[in-house]
Amino acid sequence: MSHASDLSRPGAAGAAAPITTNSGHRGLDLEEPLIFEQDAPGRCGVDLPEPPELAGRLGGLERQAPIGLPGLTEPQVVRHFVRLSRNNFAIDAGLYPLGSCTMKHNPRLNEKLARLPGFADLHPLQPAETVPGALQLIDELAQWLIALTGMPAVAMSPAAGAHGELCGLMCIRAALEAAGDAREVVLVPESAHGTNPATAAVCGYRIEEIPADGRGRVDLAALTERLDPTVAAIMLTNPNTCGLFETDIVEIAEAVHQAGAYFYCDGANFNAIVGRVRPGDLGIDCMHLNLHKTFSTPHGGGGPGSGPVVLSAALAPFAPLPMLVRGPDGPRLAEHATEADGTAASFGRMKAFHGQMGMFVRALAYILSHGGDGLRQAAEDAVLNANYVLAELQDQMSLSFPGPCMHEVLFDDGFLKDTGVSTLDFAKAMIDEGFHPMTMYFPLVVHGAMLIEPTESESKASIDQFIASLRHLVERAKAGDAALFAGAPYLAPRRRLDETQAARKPVLRWTPPAEEAAAE
Amino acid sequence: MSDIRFSEEHEWIRVDGDVGTCGITEFAQEQLGDIVYVELPEAGRQVAQNEEIAVVESVKAASELYAPVAGEVVDSNQALVDDPAKVNADAMGEGWFFKIRLSDPGQLDALMDEAAYLALVAEQA
Repeated sequence: MSHASDLSRPGAAGAAAPITTNSGHRGLDLEEPLIFEQDAPGRCGVDLPEPPELAGRLGGLERQAPIGLPGLTEPQVVRHFVRLSRNNFAIDAGLYPLGSCTMKHNPRLNEKLARLPGFADLHPLQPAETVPGALQLIDELAQWLIALTGMPAVAMSPAAGAHGELCGLMCIRAALEAAGDAREVVLVPESAHGTNPATAAVCGYRIEEIPADGRGRVDLAALTERLDPTVAAIMLTNPNTCGLFETDIVEIAEAVHQAGAYFYCDGANFNAIVGRVRPGDLGIDCMHLNLHKTFSTPHGGGGPGSGPVVLSAALAPFAPLPMLVRGPDGPRLAEHATEADGTAASFGRMKAFHGQMGMFVRALAYILSHGGDGLRQAAEDAVLNANYVLAELQDQMSLSFPGPCMHEVLFDDGFLKDTGVSTLDFAKAMIDEGFHPMTMYFPLVVHGAMLIEPTESESKASIDQFIASLRHLVERAKAGDAALFAGAPYLAPRRRLDETQAARKPVLRWTPPAEEAAAE
Repeated sequence: MSDIRFSEEHEWIRVDGDVGTCGITEFAQEQLGDIVYVELPEAGRQVAQNEEIAVVESVKAASELYAPVAGEVVDSNQALVDDPAKVNADAMGEGWFFKIRLSDPGQLDALMDEAAYLALVAEQA
């Protein structure tokens, strides 16, 4: 299926000559100066009376110079941000197969419920006795997370995935120290998310890498050999970042426990197994859940994230405050450690308030609207879609490890060998085809990685179009059309950006022309 | 015998007296692509062999350098901080990272000579 002749290459034979416009706009792709360059002093979106003369009470600490905000009308501001939003590729706009990030649809029902005034208007400082409904909702979500993971307890307050990792490792540290057995090393596999070693380092541990075996999974023999009384924990993602299920996970858990260490599971990829596998049955001691991945709450700028952490019985007593405690009158928030309610051993507080309430509402809405069977089907469809991509592309692209895969499929750049096209070039060309590129160059265990996660949100028709585009690009690359790739994307608003210069000499803020001239 | 030795981590060390100058190999810089950032060790730091000692970041990935031998860091190449592109331009020369005073010159024997390293690269390419 091909609709375009050669749109991606202005000026090429058969295509129209490049069109220049008087305005600089390219059709509906509108050009505009930076918002600071549109500044016209005195323009303002609101009409306020002149303030009366007041005696300053800041003791001479008042701002001396103008704040430097541009003068703009309301329509200018609205157009500016609408233009920016149109340039922003989002899951609401098209297929966004960013591996390990799980860019899936955020059901609008979640949004509707999160906007109910009783949830949307909560204030974190209002007395807890005025919000029993909110506490009940957190408790209900907590019970679902406990049931879905088969773990006895959950800490709801962590703000996002990496914060959840920190929470988990702090529980592990607290448990080890309580047993008088402080340890110094955390093991992470080569293919780990970068946040894993970062978390362990922040927590004061030394990081050691465990190699992968030829199947893209943790080398059990190497792990077993490394385990000794210096090891505090292993941090392992399952399914891992190669999109593979760690088939030795039960043996890994046994070996880790035998060495007196704890097993932290990075739950970033729980969306592939929810409803099918309970981490509690695998011997995991703690795992964070990215509500914005598995449970469809908004991702990135639409966030915030939310990263509840499920805990084994051994770690549960060390969970952070505030903690939801179940009592005869329903759930209540324990803000301080007391002997009576089982919070005495808590490692303390890691967040000012009680968790990301808006995300809790959305996640519970997602869970209740799907039900257990629906969650399971979402996981199965995510895995099915990734395997469909695998099956349709494996003859053309180089699959890093034999399938089947889980929710994401990993290719390397072997198929581009001797074409002069790199993974980066290939990804840029996908932008012209109207797709957000897949994750590139991660995981690091394969060369020129391309990690594709279609998610369960995509229809077969949409995935077929994606596959057809990729096959088309592979053919162009293999046909020796490296020049096409070197210049891609041709159809993006700013075409090819110089990523090297952007990293080496970043321009971090706009400088007024006068200041710039003075600096030179 | 050449005075330059190579590690499996694609680093080189060129020894002059009891001080070795270290960096990443031509192959390593090619694999990394455009280098945009380096983090260098402080002079005076004692390092064990294979301890993480520096960081190199390219547009593609960040990775660590490991001390090819144990010893004391005596210098690092501050010119790379302002111009990390030197690593791409001249990995084995001006793109050096740090100098180490070797505490155990015997450790050099376990590193590869140029022929052995080139064979390793041929295998990995």
